[in-house]
Amino acid sequence: MRIKFKTVLLCLFVVAGLAVSTGTALALEETAEPAVEALSPEPVDVESITAAITEELQSNINIVWTCIAAFLVFFMQAGFAMVETGFTRAKNAANILMKNLMDFSVGSLAFFLVGFGFMFGVSNGLFGTSLFGLSGVEAGSDWSWTFLIFQTVFAATAATIVSGAMAERTKFVSYLLYSAGITLFIYPIFGSWAWGNLLIGDNISWLADMGFHDFAGSTVVHSVGGWLALAGAIVLGPRIGKYGSDGKPNAILGHNLPLAALGVFILWFGWFGFNPGSTTTGDGSIGYIAVTTNLSAAAGAVLALVTSWIVLKKPELSMSLNGALAGLVAITAPCDAVSPVGAICIGAVAGILVVLSVLFIDFVLKIDDPVGAISVHGVCGLWGTLAYGLFSTSEGWFYGYGVKALGVQFVGAAAGFVWAFGFGLILFFILKKTIGLRVGPEEELKGLDIGEHGNEAYAGFQIFTTE
Amino acid sequence: MKLIVAYIQPHKLSDVKRSLFKAEITKMSVTNSLGCGQQMGYHESYRGVDIEVNLLKKLRLEIAVNDDFVERTVAAIIEGAKTGQIGDGKIFVLDLPECIRIRTEETGQEAIG
Repeated sequence: MRIKFKTVLLCLFVVAGLAVSTGTALALEETAEPAVEALSPEPVDVESITAAITEELQSNINIVWTCIAAFLVFFMQAGFAMVETGFTRAKNAANILMKNLMDFSVGSLAFFLVGFGFMFGVSNGLFGTSLFGLSGVEAGSDWSWTFLIFQTVFAATAATIVSGAMAERTKFVSYLLYSAGITLFIYPIFGSWAWGNLLIGDNISWLADMGFHDFAGSTVVHSVGGWLALAGAIVLGPRIGKYGSDGKPNAILGHNLPLAALGVFILWFGWFGFNPGSTTTGDGSIGYIAVTTNLSAAAGAVLALVTSWIVLKKPELSMSLNGALAGLVAITAPCDAVSPVGAICIGAVAGILVVLSVLFIDFVLKIDDPVGAISVHGVCGLWGTLAYGLFSTSEGWFYGYGVKALGVQFVGAAAGFVWAFGFGLILFFILKKTIGLRVGPEEELKGLDIGEHGNEAYAGFQIFTTE
Repeated sequence: MKLIVAYIQPHKLSDVKRSLFKAEITKMSVTNSLGCGQQMGYHESYRGVDIEVNLLKKLRLEIAVNDDFVERTVAAIIEGAKTGQIGDGKIFVLDLPECIRIRTEETGQEAIG
């Protein structure tokens, strides 16, 4: 019985094997035949086919690279959240995290529905007027969708810069309204002046038409965020205990430098999407821009270290972290147009500038900016924008091309300052007079975690809340 | 010699320190503590669930002084910590039989000052 069963099985296998092999052979013949026929009548235009394939490939590579870059820039939100949490006190950690989560979320919705249209729609000369919610664009593989996600993460970056400068004292609901405001119109309208022709090539975009060069957003993203942060910090006033009755600044220590350092590394990582991604093209320029970006960041960190060592007598971690960010912000505008040595110079100046600026804002202007956002993003963004006029290998002053480019860069940076700082002052002042911009003193002393959100970031830990 | 133990609001520490320094009292130790009194706690919630927190964060100051310093120490703590609200804290004054400075092995009044 057993033997018989085995033979039957064997037979079955043989039959099945034969059937499969003849089947494939038949199939092969079938596919082979038409190919032979097609070749015979007329020769194929190999060049046009190659061109079509190359174009298709290039456009898909562009989409893939731009999306990867967008996802890297998205991760910068985590970097900002960690930097800001680390540089502030434990009693406000949940509040900072909440603000970072919400400015991305509110910002994404606002930018999709309104901001993107203001920035990239058909321009009336001052701002875009179409593409709200990408109306009229077919759902599917259109380039506009890739462009939208890439621009959304940029808009949210500008928005999130402000939360650091306004940390530890801002009313949560006012912050939500502000973050809607920046992504609804403040950021997009300025953006349309500098970048408005990126999607619709013949759009009017007065700064770009003048020749203003801001490759990845030293002004458009960082300075705009930084000047808004300046306006916010001025209207808010300093944290309780920051300045003594004699006006001397007190140190209010950040509660977690490891988190702050992690945040800076995440930002640095994300910047490899921010700058090289702004090519929106998958080609060799990605690597080159990554190099200039990295060199500038490194020079910024080293020179901030040296400056802090000389001025403050100690090699200070938090200043060096700010220095790396300063180098990154500064190289953002000129990263595609400078030599590696130029990038190092730009980063080095930014590293020195950020330390001096933090001290100047703290000691002289007496504006309380807990994380140094105004210095890193506002001041170094301004420096990076001007640096293009000096270091650009194609039209920079240092390369013998005169000061025309520098002048144009100055006009762009000045327009950014007037627009963002002016509008910021108005917006924050209105918020202050209506729903109030600041929490009460009792709540500020106890911590915004309990006051605004009703829970603590570090349950079960013993935390000093003495200031 | 007396040991002055005071429980104060955490955020009043800088004010208390300032008024103590003004009264030339520069030696103290400060620890975190949790406690409850008339204030009866506050309300927190976590993921929608309410929590009654009745042990509040306080700071405990311990200051050992000679008898002639007791009054001004107490006055300085009150000056720094008093807001008139429930929760300002309490001060206890305890007898202190002995005090020894480890470095010099001095004892008593000299060890405190």
